[in-house]
Amino acid sequence: MMIIKYIPMNVLNLLQLAWRALLRNKLRAFLTMLGIIIGVGAVITMVAIGEGSKQSIRSQLSSMGSNMVTIRPSSNQTVGGGARLGASGLQTLKVTDAELLKKQATYLTAVSPAVSANGQVINSAKNWPTSIQGVSPEYLSIRDWKLKDGISFSDEDVKTSSKVCLLGQTVVDNIFDPGEDPIGKTIRFDKIPLKVIGVLEEKGENTFGQDQDDIILAPYTTVQKRILAIDFIQTIYASAIDENSSALATAEVTTLLRKAHKLQSGEDDDFTVRTQAELISTISSTSELLTVLLAAIAGISLVVGGIGIMNIMYVSVTERTKEIGLRMSIGARGLDILLQFLVEAILISITGGIIGVAFGLTASKLVSIFLSWPTLVSQSSIVLSFAVCAITGVFFGYYPAQKASRLDPIEALRYE
Amino acid sequence: MGSETVRALKGVSFSVEAGEFVTIMGSSGSGKTTMLNILGCLDQPSDGDYLLDGVNVKQLSRNELARLRNRKIGFVFQSYNLLARTSALENTELPLLYNPGVSGKERQSRAVKALEAVKLGDRLHHLPNQLSGGQQQRVAIARALVNEPIMILADEATGNLDTRTSYEIMALLQELNQQGKTIVFVTHEPDIAAFSSRTVTLKDGKVVKDMKNPAVKSAKDALAALPVNDDY
Repeated sequence: MMIIKYIPMNVLNLLQLAWRALLRNKLRAFLTMLGIIIGVGAVITMVAIGEGSKQSIRSQLSSMGSNMVTIRPSSNQTVGGGARLGASGLQTLKVTDAELLKKQATYLTAVSPAVSANGQVINSAKNWPTSIQGVSPEYLSIRDWKLKDGISFSDEDVKTSSKVCLLGQTVVDNIFDPGEDPIGKTIRFDKIPLKVIGVLEEKGENTFGQDQDDIILAPYTTVQKRILAIDFIQTIYASAIDENSSALATAEVTTLLRKAHKLQSGEDDDFTVRTQAELISTISSTSELLTVLLAAIAGISLVVGGIGIMNIMYVSVTERTKEIGLRMSIGARGLDILLQFLVEAILISITGGIIGVAFGLTASKLVSIFLSWPTLVSQSSIVLSFAVCAITGVFFGYYPAQKASRLDPIEALRYE
Repeated sequence: MGSETVRALKGVSFSVEAGEFVTIMGSSGSGKTTMLNILGCLDQPSDGDYLLDGVNVKQLSRNELARLRNRKIGFVFQSYNLLARTSALENTELPLLYNPGVSGKERQSRAVKALEAVKLGDRLHHLPNQLSGGQQQRVAIARALVNEPIMILADEATGNLDTRTSYEIMALLQELNQQGKTIVFVTHEPDIAAFSSRTVTLKDGKVVKDMKNPAVKSAKDALAALPVNDDY
């Protein structure tokens, strides 16, 4: 009995009541909603723009191989008057280091030694300045790079330093005539003849604007012995098992290499380990900030919209004082009146929210079509802005509703 | 609002029996409005008791008063107080909305019945501004009837109406009274009081006269006796 006594009018009645009240003042209800519509729409569009740019940066970075771990030599000693040698002059990384990592590192899936040289590539009458990268066959999987044509070189080719190579698309375009098949042809790189056995898939520019296709890949032994005449390596490329284990892989590589290089605990590393994940997180934290800023600005307009609702609800309560008095005289309790106005406010903000979501989706689409900015509508921004506008309705609707519920029925009835 | 305490009613004591048609008469300042507010459970007496259907109103909370108004009292106001842009049917349904025991279907059927009882069965979906004053007041009476209250409380219910329409409303109230409804009618017009079975007269917050009406005038007869000259 006690429970039944405090059940308000059922939800359906309340919604119906609120809906009718809004229909009675269509234009006013719409104008009030407009604040919410613009707010929600702005949040969704802004976040979509922010997320879109983040996504496009991220995918550009991933084209370099998102799990890639790069190990380069670095100087831990000073020479002469304290000057340190640059990385290029260092010879601390050996092929044995790469072999060690391949055998013992548990967080790495593929390891490739690398050496590179710049030079002129020549095919009959045409020539082109480019660089040759000496690697192992695993390099392709580390960079997530596929062949467009032909086959890759094998471990056997590495062992025998065979004179074969894979060409990047830019190199192909510059030294072969259009339509000419490079496979099987012999080109020369700084007088060394190399047989073309494959063409790499196009990768385009990286984040820094470098053309990733302007390259020749060959077995690292070939480049070491036949072109550079060195026995050390310049870089070790490896793949972490996944993006999240980059940090673990770094730690493991550091431990293994320190041991191999017989470094004492006080000594600095004579190599550096960098992961793609670090780079990605640095760059995406910048665009994250951008997204947050955009969302914050848009969020402010949502609050302004909420204040608009509050204003109109106050006006509405004053206007309908007599109605409130009547409802109270025929048995409405304070709670019934409170809920009536609260549901009305929530209905305004939710309806505004729904229209706002549609508006935001359309605006994001238009931005990507007409401004060709990348946009990515995130579900979380829809859910979040929707939740915010429901809360806005409750928050800004509560005080006017409470004012209504506390009216004295006698005075409200006599109100003119 | 002044801080001076006004004793609007002093030492008033009377009881209304079920099935009575009582008019409470009095000129302005006699305490009529305060009496009405107390009878309607809108206000509580600062001293003394008011028992409605055996319940002492004095100890009740705001919510309990609201519930009591909903179940036991049907208000009819001078200015009708219908919700604008809301159909007669919906206006009549209103008190049932605050009675959680009544389902949506039942609400509608009871509202239709109440409107038929006031002879507005053919005006269910008319809006207040499409109805005459008398019709609007009849919607208000239907609204007062719909929750089957033990008492209908009318506040100058004919005050805004012309003589003919007033008589029509009184005829309707008399008919409802004959069906067993208890009616308390607050007015300052003596000719309206003639239609009731008992008149309580207030003056300066006191009951100065409380008498049974020996010869209750029939509103129907009075209506028939009116000259029919205003048909234009």
